[in-house]
Amino acid sequence: MLLARQLSAIESGEMQVEHTDGLIVAITGPPGIGKSCLIDGILHRLSPKHTVAVLAVDPTSPLSGGALLGDRIRLSVLDDDSKSDSIYVRSIATRSSSGSMPSIVKDLASHLLANSFDLVIIETVGAGQSEMRCAAVANRIIVVEGPARGDGVQAEKAGLLELADLIVVNKSDLDGADRVVNDLTVSLTLTNDAPPIIRTSALEGEGLDELAELILTIEERISSRRARVRQQLLMAHENILIRNPAFDAIIDRMSEEGMSLEDALRELNE
Amino acid sequence: MGARQRIVIAKPGLDGHDRGAKVVARALRDGGHEVIYTGLRRTPSQIVRTIMDEDARFVGLSSLSGAHSHLFPKICNLLREAGLNDVVVFGGGIIPKEDRSALFAAGVKALFGPGTPSTEILEFVESASLRDCGVGSQDDWHWGE
Repeated sequence: MLLARQLSAIESGEMQVEHTDGLIVAITGPPGIGKSCLIDGILHRLSPKHTVAVLAVDPTSPLSGGALLGDRIRLSVLDDDSKSDSIYVRSIATRSSSGSMPSIVKDLASHLLANSFDLVIIETVGAGQSEMRCAAVANRIIVVEGPARGDGVQAEKAGLLELADLIVVNKSDLDGADRVVNDLTVSLTLTNDAPPIIRTSALEGEGLDELAELILTIEERISSRRARVRQQLLMAHENILIRNPAFDAIIDRMSEEGMSLEDALRELNE
Repeated sequence: MGARQRIVIAKPGLDGHDRGAKVVARALRDGGHEVIYTGLRRTPSQIVRTIMDEDARFVGLSSLSGAHSHLFPKICNLLREAGLNDVVVFGGGIIPKEDRSALFAAGVKALFGPGTPSTEILEFVESASLRDCGVGSQDDWHWGE
């Protein structure tokens, strides 16, 4: 069976996957910060020497259940015949998962690693601070930041930055990139094992060689391990809830019949 | 509403107008399907590669440049060569009446012109998904007259 068909079977629950060890890197950061373009730059540099799979996650509409998946558009590397054979790109919709990182992505990544990919890159939805759930799926996290993203207090906020194994400040060709690097550096000096920070411009190519090299060798931060395990537990717990056969019916009763949250929880726990 | 399908919406050739393709992509999304949009100016082989990687069951080809009689059959042939016989091909854009029968004969299962209600495209997807009418099938059914 074709790899792509196997992934569909995993996604729909028809095929089970054994865990495979390997490098799974999540690239996360706000929408429009340049995640897809950075991935394109990385792929141009790693292939054909390395085989790389990209799982690009986009949101499913909670209203229609449909999704528009457009991350391939920016991957110009797919048009290069000398490189595209060592690359696999798959668009993933979040479907019924509550957050922006469906847990099935972990199984899909495992299956790709078992099929001799050196590296799996997960491109997240890009909802910024709320994307911590990617820690439950990936074993390395790259957080992409950029200029004009609010004042220096943003760098002090708790959240995704605490989980980052590498911070990339993209759009370094724009004004203000230096200040962002500076704010982040100052903020992270208080951390014991601060992640490295690099500057890139996906537009002009600055820093992409360094990023492509680093992505294969990023070290896991010790201080983030506890937070990762926490996310894994939360995700596992949530899966139990979503798989509960009464889940959808209870949502209907809450939204249409005014069922209270307390009653819903009691019924789900029965 | 029928089952959720994965559908590639593609712009083959040099035609640079994608308003129609985006409207169709949006309508299919709102109809509950997962739509992968390729962006402009794709070659037939790039489109087939996308369909294969994304494991899409449908592909919608949009052309407003007049090259449909060359590009659509070429994509149908490449799909069959790649063994993607169960993929259903449909098209849209400016397709003159006299060109339609040749495209249906090549394996295209529906052609939607300007003014088509989006509900009709959703009905087509549901009908086609219930029968074995992929590009490699012997089914000579097609949507409409």
